Amino acid sequence: MTDKPSKVQDSMPTGNVPMVKAEGVHKSFGHVQVLKGIDLEVKPGEVFCLIGPSGSGKSTFLRCINHLEKINAGRLYVDGELVGYRQKGEKLYELKDSEVALKRRDIGMVFQRFNLFPHMTAAENVIEAPVQVKGVGKSQARERAMQLLERVGLADKAGNYPSQLSGGQQQRVAIARALAMDPKLMLFDEPTSALDPELVGDVLDVMRDLAESGMTMVVVTHEMGFAREVGDSLVFMDGGVVVESGHPRDVLTNPQHERTQSFLSKVL
Amino acid sequence: MTDIDKTAAGAQGTPAAGPEGLRAIPVRHYGRYVSAVIAIAILFAIIYAFGQGKINWHAIPDYFFDHRIMQGVGKTLLLTVLSMVIGIVGGIVLAVMRLSKNPVTSSIAWFYIWFFRGTPVLVQLFLWFNLGLVFEYINLGPIYKNYWSDFMTPLLTALLGLGLNEAAYMAEICRAGLLAVDEGQTEAAHALGMSHGKTLRRIVIPQAMRVIVPPTGNEVINMLKTTSLVAAVQYPELFRFAQDIGQNSGAPVEMYFLAAAWYLIMTSVLSVGQFYIERYYARGSSRQLPATPWQKVRANMLSLGRPKGGMA
Repeated sequence: MTDKPSKVQDSMPTGNVPMVKAEGVHKSFGHVQVLKGIDLEVKPGEVFCLIGPSGSGKSTFLRCINHLEKINAGRLYVDGELVGYRQKGEKLYELKDSEVALKRRDIGMVFQRFNLFPHMTAAENVIEAPVQVKGVGKSQARERAMQLLERVGLADKAGNYPSQLSGGQQQRVAIARALAMDPKLMLFDEPTSALDPELVGDVLDVMRDLAESGMTMVVVTHEMGFAREVGDSLVFMDGGVVVESGHPRDVLTNPQHERTQSFLSKVL
Repeated sequence: MTDIDKTAAGAQGTPAAGPEGLRAIPVRHYGRYVSAVIAIAILFAIIYAFGQGKINWHAIPDYFFDHRIMQGVGKTLLLTVLSMVIGIVGGIVLAVMRLSKNPVTSSIAWFYIWFFRGTPVLVQLFLWFNLGLVFEYINLGPIYKNYWSDFMTPLLTALLGLGLNEAAYMAEICRAGLLAVDEGQTEAAHALGMSHGKTLRRIVIPQAMRVIVPPTGNEVINMLKTTSLVAAVQYPELFRFAQDIGQNSGAPVEMYFLAAAWYLIMTSVLSVGQFYIERYYARGSSRQLPATPWQKVRANMLSLGRPKGGMA
């Protein structure tokens, strides 16, 4: 609340700087090429959905955005700034760990396996980063944590440890934890894939609410219904390349590419 | 939530199938009665044999609180604590070195562990004691200069011998603990903008402790017993005092029993401490904390002789 970066809600019309911009992004693990030149743009305030078969590189691309993976070629920008590097003239300089950490503050991430800190209660999970990273006061952070838990419908579970929560509840705490850092961009890595079917709805509701508040979101998902209703753009990836992109309704109902058609016929 | 309470209550009798509860005669395990009787008979035979032996049992209470014995107990505890401190600090440093991406530090740590785990601690103790053959003087420039034999007192020999050896074992325990923490935890912390150090301190180490504490408790108990080896390098601790008294009072075997009793008392106290430390670090990892011994005793008293019921 006291930090300098402007919040998403007010920064929506900041010129035409895309929130995420990828130019020919390549990534390989050893000899396996996972991303083979990704080009895309996420506008501020947009809900950007990434779909595709498993192994298509969509999660890897998402992890590149906050530099959990280093890219091997191409350029990746978040809010106009290069991810993980600094460019001086023609030369690229790797950022120090502390500089990378500083940039990650503004990017929230929600994982498929929740990754809540098991030795802390729900409230402590949400408080941890603001207090430890931003130096927010404990009582202030606690107050904010309670607001966020209220927002995801879990105010009464603040004192519970993750092991005492259902998967859907854990994922909603994880969303609250990411929001506590007031990010300008939220990354969702298959947030509902590890959940029982009847718990998926609660998490999607929270995400829908977040989208309505104007948050820029990049969502890797298999929930085509969510993509159609909430998404502003959609990209279908396969084999490390973008096969098709456009408005979710167009791509999902009227896919042009043959690979998209065969994928959608299996999942819809 | 309320269903759980119901089943727990039902387990007191035979398992409840419905609101009335099912009545059935439990299976009798005759084999269990027979084996219990045999085990008790053997136990009594052993106790009887010791009672018949030519051991002057009265010597033990006479010397149990002898001031030399008490001094020995104190020295043993001191040695255990100091050696474990050296071992734990050294172990953490070695574990971090071993996991570091720097090939030089990780190889050095590997070599250290290889050497100290691969040689007997008694041999190491003698090596430290006799290192004067290699280094005649110890010379730290203007700060300190002395003959090795004067510098290497029995206490220092004991501490170095035990502590450095322990560091090798603790390194492996710490390394296992750090590796046991899910990588997703580090990723989540990094994604929140936490630095490496903070991630290690706030997220990884507290979770690693759950894996590190039980074997460390084991190591403390082991260390307490291993300190008896330093009698060989002239450091007077419990075992050495017990030996001395035994030789002077003409009751050597009795004094071994006395020493054994003291070691048992000390290790028992340590085990209790270990239990509660483990319980503390288990918070959040399971839905319910393990029962304290007292809670277990109460539960067992109530369910004695019944089929395994889920007494909470």
